[in-house]
Amino acid sequence: MSDARDVIAARAAQELHSGEVVNLGIGIPNRIPGFLDPDVEIFLHTENGLLGVGPRPAEGEVDLELIDAGKKPVTLMPGAAAFDSASSFAMIRGGHIDTVVLGALEVSETGDIANWKIPGGKALGVGGAMDLVTGARRVIVTMTATTPEGAPKLVPTCTLPLTASGVVKVVITEHAVFRLVDGELVLTELLDGATEETVAAETSARYRAELG
Amino acid sequence: MAARQLSAEEAIAEVKNGATIMVGGFGLVGAPLTLIDALVEHSTATDLTIISNNTGEAGRGLGLLLRQGRIKKAIASFFTSNPEAVEAAMSGAIEYELLPQGTLAEAIRAGGAGIGGFYTPVGARTELAEGHEERVIDGVPHILQSPLHADVSLVYATWGDELGNLRYRRTAQNFNPAMASAGALTIAEVAEIRPVGGFEPEDIHTPHLYVNRLVQSTLSLADVQGPGA
Repeated sequence: MSDARDVIAARAAQELHSGEVVNLGIGIPNRIPGFLDPDVEIFLHTENGLLGVGPRPAEGEVDLELIDAGKKPVTLMPGAAAFDSASSFAMIRGGHIDTVVLGALEVSETGDIANWKIPGGKALGVGGAMDLVTGARRVIVTMTATTPEGAPKLVPTCTLPLTASGVVKVVITEHAVFRLVDGELVLTELLDGATEETVAAETSARYRAELG
Repeated sequence: MAARQLSAEEAIAEVKNGATIMVGGFGLVGAPLTLIDALVEHSTATDLTIISNNTGEAGRGLGLLLRQGRIKKAIASFFTSNPEAVEAAMSGAIEYELLPQGTLAEAIRAGGAGIGGFYTPVGARTELAEGHEERVIDGVPHILQSPLHADVSLVYATWGDELGNLRYRRTAQNFNPAMASAGALTIAEVAEIRPVGGFEPEDIHTPHLYVNRLVQSTLSLADVQGPGA
């Protein structure tokens, strides 16, 4: 696969297990359903108030009152449930979402995540990012290994404003899978033909390799 | 008491200068578009504090109120979808408060439910914790969030009855039920108003005691953003 984002989404899809309630962030995570094994049945939750999110509607079948948190039209899976925002975030904070997969600007070697603000930037919004990473039982970050300028995104300490501390469990880039094991960052897998040298060159966080 | 059925213009006339207004909707979905339009076109109330997830979009919905310079302060979780709101907040043209979306929803719910505040782990030890008391509960840092109340809540429901009972549809529910409960005066815009008895009791989402005014919706999502946009 040549598209880095597809490499990441395809690998992230393998982290999801049947029966899980999963919340997918916008961007790369939104590509994951296209890579799920047909035998894996997960329940997608979107924080604006829906459990049982289905695929994008066909043209001409859009329901304007049925959107995901990215404000894009979706469909309903059989058994879908709709609810209000306070209930939706009670589900999130209350630990009822098994897995959230979302992007990040930076992840630290201790599992801190920064993904809501670039100082001086043109964005002003946090949305549900802090709620999701704090409340979900497992946080998987999907991100390219470096910024467009080539700076590592897996860093010793986040320099950007934090979303939450010590919450990330898995980081998937186009070249590697890292896991936080007992507070320690571990490289567990190389992807798409990447070498340990490639990964070392684009990662400033300290980690140990435990390649299977 | 039963809700009083009024025109959008009549209902909006009750919004006074300096009022705090909650406005339902996630983006434009579930937003009370007829009431927002009336607020923009037929009211001169100014120095408003707006509590809403997004503060509208550029030139649409609450975005128009912003262009009129009638917003003093905005409380929201995501201004980014309206670049003009971001600009107004960054330049100091309006005061603003940014809250995590779940904290915003729960603070509104708490306001309507008579709760004096709550401790949440969300946002603890981040930039958004500034000004909030911290308390470590079971080893986890939490921050104190105060409840939110409004002088007037503007909400949208697809269905309702003449008493003011409301029923929401799909993801147009979002902040509407909590906001309906947290307004001293709640004005509900409803697409289909049925006679009393038009719903099974257990199918009602917002019981009518929360709703003071009822307005027939005349502006739909399709009118504002086109079908399937």
